[in-house]
Amino acid sequence: PCPANEVFIPPKFCDNRIVSSKYTVWNFLPKNLFEQFRRIANFYFLIIFLVQVIVDTPTSPVTSGLPLFFVITVTAIKQGYEDWLRHKADNEVNKYRVTVLEDGRRIRKESEKIKVGDVLEVEENETFPCDLILLQSSRDDGTCFVTTASLDGESNHKTHYTVPDTESDVESLNATIECEQPQPDLYKFVGRMHIYKNNEEPVLRSLGPENLLLKGATLKNTQRICGVAVYTGMETKMALNYQGKSQKRSVVEKSINAFLLVYLCILVSKALVCTTLKYVWQSKPGQDEPWYNEKTKKEKETNLYLNMFTDFLSFMVLFNFIIPVSMYVTVEMQKFLGSFFISWDKDFFDSEIKEGALVNTSDLNEELGQVEYVFTDKTGTLTQNNMEFIECCIDGHQYKYRDASSEVDGFCVTDGPVNRLQQKAGREREELFLRALCLCHTVQVKESTEQEVVPPPEEQRGFIASSPDEIALVKGAMRYGFTFLGLESKTMKLLNRNNDVEIYDLLHVLNFDPVRRRMSVIVRSKSGDTLLFCKGADSSIFPRVRQEEVERIRMHVERNAKEGYRTLCVAYKYLSEEEYVQVDSGLREARLALQDREQKLMAVYNQVETGMNLIGATAVEDRLQEEAAATMEALQGAGMKIWVLTGDKMETAKSTCYACRLFQRNTELLELTVRTLEFIGKRREDQLHDLLLEYHKKTNLSSLYCRSWSTQDYGFIVDGATLSMVLNSSSENNTNNYKNLFLQICQNCTTVLCCRMAPLQKAQIVKMVKNSKGSPITLSVGDGANDVSMILEAHVGIGIKGKEGRQAVRNSDYAIPKLKHLKKLLLAHGHLYYVRIAHLVQYFFYKNLCFILPQFLYQFFCGYSQQPLYDAAYLTMYNICFTSMPILAYSLLEQHISIEILLDNATLYREIGKNAMLRWGPFLYWTLLGVFHGLVFFFGVWFLFSNPALQDNGQVFGNWSYGTIVFTILVFTVTLKLALDTRHWTWINHFVIWGSLAFYVFFSFFWGGVIWPFMSQQRLYFVFANMLSSVSAWLVIIMLILLSLLPEILYVVLHKPRAPHARQSSTGGLQSPRSSARPLLMRTFSDESNTVI
Amino acid sequence: DVKSYRKVQEDDDADGARVGGNEKFTNRPDNTAFTQQRLPAWQPILSAGIVIPGFVLIGLAFIGVGVALFVTSRSIQVLERDYTGDESGTPCASCANSNVQNCICTLNITVETLFKGPVFFYYGLSNYFQNYRRYGTSKDDNQLYGVLNPSDNCAPYAYNSNNQPIVPCGSIANSMFNDTFKLYQTVNGTRQEVSLDGKGIAWWTDYNIKYRNPTNNPLKDAFNGSNSGLFYRNFLINPIYWSKPAYELDTSDPSNNGFVNQDFLVWMRRAALPDFRKLYRRISQDKYPDGLPAGNYSLEITYNYRVYRFSGKKKVVFSNVSWMGGKNEFLGIAYLVVGSMCVFMSIVMLIVYAKFKFPDEE
Repeated sequence: PCPANEVFIPPKFCDNRIVSSKYTVWNFLPKNLFEQFRRIANFYFLIIFLVQVIVDTPTSPVTSGLPLFFVITVTAIKQGYEDWLRHKADNEVNKYRVTVLEDGRRIRKESEKIKVGDVLEVEENETFPCDLILLQSSRDDGTCFVTTASLDGESNHKTHYTVPDTESDVESLNATIECEQPQPDLYKFVGRMHIYKNNEEPVLRSLGPENLLLKGATLKNTQRICGVAVYTGMETKMALNYQGKSQKRSVVEKSINAFLLVYLCILVSKALVCTTLKYVWQSKPGQDEPWYNEKTKKEKETNLYLNMFTDFLSFMVLFNFIIPVSMYVTVEMQKFLGSFFISWDKDFFDSEIKEGALVNTSDLNEELGQVEYVFTDKTGTLTQNNMEFIECCIDGHQYKYRDASSEVDGFCVTDGPVNRLQQKAGREREELFLRALCLCHTVQVKESTEQEVVPPPEEQRGFIASSPDEIALVKGAMRYGFTFLGLESKTMKLLNRNNDVEIYDLLHVLNFDPVRRRMSVIVRSKSGDTLLFCKGADSSIFPRVRQEEVERIRMHVERNAKEGYRTLCVAYKYLSEEEYVQVDSGLREARLALQDREQKLMAVYNQVETGMNLIGATAVEDRLQEEAAATMEALQGAGMKIWVLTGDKMETAKSTCYACRLFQRNTELLELTVRTLEFIGKRREDQLHDLLLEYHKKTNLSSLYCRSWSTQDYGFIVDGATLSMVLNSSSENNTNNYKNLFLQICQNCTTVLCCRMAPLQKAQIVKMVKNSKGSPITLSVGDGANDVSMILEAHVGIGIKGKEGRQAVRNSDYAIPKLKHLKKLLLAHGHLYYVRIAHLVQYFFYKNLCFILPQFLYQFFCGYSQQPLYDAAYLTMYNICFTSMPILAYSLLEQHISIEILLDNATLYREIGKNAMLRWGPFLYWTLLGVFHGLVFFFGVWFLFSNPALQDNGQVFGNWSYGTIVFTILVFTVTLKLALDTRHWTWINHFVIWGSLAFYVFFSFFWGGVIWPFMSQQRLYFVFANMLSSVSAWLVIIMLILLSLLPEILYVVLHKPRAPHARQSSTGGLQSPRSSARPLLMRTFSDESNTVI
Repeated sequence: DVKSYRKVQEDDDADGARVGGNEKFTNRPDNTAFTQQRLPAWQPILSAGIVIPGFVLIGLAFIGVGVALFVTSRSIQVLERDYTGDESGTPCASCANSNVQNCICTLNITVETLFKGPVFFYYGLSNYFQNYRRYGTSKDDNQLYGVLNPSDNCAPYAYNSNNQPIVPCGSIANSMFNDTFKLYQTVNGTRQEVSLDGKGIAWWTDYNIKYRNPTNNPLKDAFNGSNSGLFYRNFLINPIYWSKPAYELDTSDPSNNGFVNQDFLVWMRRAALPDFRKLYRRISQDKYPDGLPAGNYSLEITYNYRVYRFSGKKKVVFSNVSWMGGKNEFLGIAYLVVGSMCVFMSIVMLIVYAKFKFPDEE
């Protein structure tokens, strides 16, 4: 209960109802229809349908209305079902019973009735119904544990703290809370609480994210807590985070739209040509209205121009099938169903995290086959983010921990660290260093879940921390005899070498942040000394310690960095009592600030962390991911340019690049870093300018002369500071100039390494490349929160389900457990998806072109009267039934090259690069093929009909027979053309291809075999059966099908044979012999199932 | 929808995390051949070893069929005569220029050799657009199935100016071809009529199923309304251009009247192209079992059908047929061309492969 403050206008808070559903029962129909018809394609078909209804057109409205109705209904049902699920989920959340404390009583309420300011009680394993400020916990130390698995996927327990002073008695608490406006960032919260105690000056407490319990998180390890609601309903951070991100559109879709435009032009010009010719033809005497075909009175009376217009519309309607509704449906279905193959792939299953790949969007499947630039994070992506303490250096003496952890009794506490290489540092210093390692961190000791009396053996002690480095350091200190026992109500306990417990009061934690690149703690020992321990990157520590100490350590740090280890420097400083008081008040003040809290804190931190003494440095190894090098090599082989974007330091990143074989021994490195800029005593800008020009010349030369026989690889290294100089140069035109130079250098290098990057800079780089000339397709892969910006920026964002939480996964388009899976995702899945969808699109345009072209040609022989060549049933069913399934099956199952070969020959990926199958060349080919087929179909039958007596009883065939013969040839040719293109015949392909043809024959018999009572015209009655009784019809059908397919067969035969073996020898036998595996044909189900155990 | 899809996925994940402890690999993807895209598959490889012999075989088969077609087509005899009469001096020129009803003109025909039977007698029209859309829709299949009141489709020939329903309605029926022919053989100076058989010239299904007369007996009753349940009593009239009512189309055969008159059925099956021919009669084989013997014939034409206004042409065609239907050289030639193309291609391929030493054969 908060007292109303009359100074403020009482703010309006929304209720706690979560509405993720889009529709209600009442507005579903209009809203859904509106949304569906906003899609340009649906709208187009609606217009065609309306034209058919209004104007006297050749085909009945049913022919285009039925498919449209079908599509709209299916979509509406799908969306309705999804919305129903959302309603259900919403209800489950909204009707959930929660306990509200009101006037000292516990009241059960529905979750949706919670108001801001209500005090709630939540029990263990319940989820929080809204965002709460923690007031009281059943635990003694005023903490509670939560897991945010459903929010960001991090399943570890996080500690949250009660607001100090509220702990004691919630019932008598009288306080107001001020906090910032709701914002979606899960890890940021700023607020303050005024606590009023009877007649005392109100106490002010700062509120941070550690006090905020988020809706959706679950309470763990704590019996119950009380909290006050601050954000409810749609203002909770969870709800704000669900508000969609911008949708990415694939290049294929752009190609489709371009092709659509061409077809629209074809359509309009066809209609125009026909309309014009009609009126030219009619102007000849006797043609307009012969006596046998008089116009109706209405037709005579209408205005000539209106007639022309309706004629034009009629022709549009007649030819509108050239742009099929079903293509959109098929493309969507292909994408949706196709994406399942990624999540089903057992090669992506990682037994460690027990998860496979995750597909967040199915719109970008084919984009995976088009990647030109790969931006990868280093830590956690190229490397495992599984830290191991390797060595440390104290006062310039190296301590290498030699014993492997397998040696169980290696921890002899009295022995101390063994120094076999050099002399030891003084014992004092050693212990100080180890204490620093033990104290300067935010690690928690994992509590054993069972109530064990005996603590677990120390070596297996579990630690929880946000960063794996810290755990490695604490574990490292443990090996040297200093064990961290845990943090309890602001006191840190540690076990020293003599098995004594030392206790320190934790006064302040100066948290780590990527800008400062260091963290500190201020502790008070039992003896009363106040100490500040600080650890951080060398670049951020060295300027803050005495310079004479630096030299001894720097050598070690650099050597370690070269070996690819992550190095941290450790420093300390004594704080006198006065200094501490000053620091303490500074920190408290900054923490209470409502505005610019971050900046103010930063200022205090920077002020405190000066004049420290350097004690030593640590080296932690971050192992490469499994098969990282092989994956990178494969991606490079596939023609992708790989950029490593990391926040890490240059030396470490460089060594990782070497380890991943991104840099080879013969790669010439071009460095554009702060170091090279300061190498010569020039102004940095000038030096930057010179270097850029020099590198540009170099790389350009090599790319000009050595394109064919690439002798020199270049690697380019740039760091964050220099990059910002390049991008934000002092003068405008310099910026553009530099940017261009920079881009050109980058594009001519095989690998670019960007180190010391801030997250935003990563996104900047991606954006720059994305918008460069040729707009290449970019892919970002990363695992941490710092990669989210670049994952969102790139065309395709891949999240690694790594150790740094789930933010990357949540924001990615595809998530995979390990980096090595990227290879199969791109080289196999991406390649296949691209080929499939490209073929699907081209085929669809082709089959509709040769469907409609005969109808167009027929207009020249029927007085431009919009007479349809085919029956309405055929017009409608062609795209829905007769030819849709084979192409769908093809687009889901085709493997023109088997997956093994795709994986073994990365170069195959280059062949489909740059949208190779959907450029104008292939499009022209398919269009010409369609025109050719259309001409063959129409004129082949036309010649046959020069004598329409086609039966051996002398009877003649009419116009519907003509159309049916053409249509039969069409359906067979189009289906067999696909059969010729199919390189991978599973039983499904056989089933749908032969099934479609059989269905066509069956349907035609059926359709022509019955007098349909509801039809006004029985046009096709017995036409099909009669056609089959004519030998000539059979012969012409067979002949025209063969003639149409002849070029295609020739192309397939004479085209470079796709035999896998020939392909392999050309790549130089680099690959393993595994590829000579048994042909797919011989594989059986049982064989496959044996491989999994 | 993508969003919701994602949401569902996340829910799944949460579930998985909850159960994860108990079951070992709940999230493990199914290991079936389908989900792993490893369905057993046949990968056709069109190697030279298959394609070249295949092409040769197909080519030879096509050439074989082509030769058969060509020879057959050559053996079919056709006798074609234009009788439009638009040029003066031609037999029907006088009829074409007069407006006389039932104007009669005679066409003399000489048959050089025996015209092998069965001989079919077609009439042909050109520049006549039976496939005109509005013309084509102007009929009422329900009416022709026995339900007499015409639908709106038939406009402008659904009702006459007195609002009397027209039966059969519509442009197609109205414009029915109404020239009639009689064929005489001149034997020793005397004309001997060659009997023509008008049965079975229309599709069997049209005659027996698709078209149906009203059930009245005699048929006339249905048309004058005396016996029908229709409210158009006595008011049914025949199409404007028809000289006789539908129930009197064939006075010799009562079952050949109304909607199931063979000539009517033939006319109602619209031609596909503007130059077309329709079956008129067969030379009955009672008198001429082998066909028309060589000799002089005269064709007596009752000239009614006006075509000169839209510069159309009329012709008569005598033809016999084979298993492939009427004479059509196109099919035979096309088969020969495609067949030889196949053979030619296989030779080219053979050369190509010989030159490159069969690269895909190991």
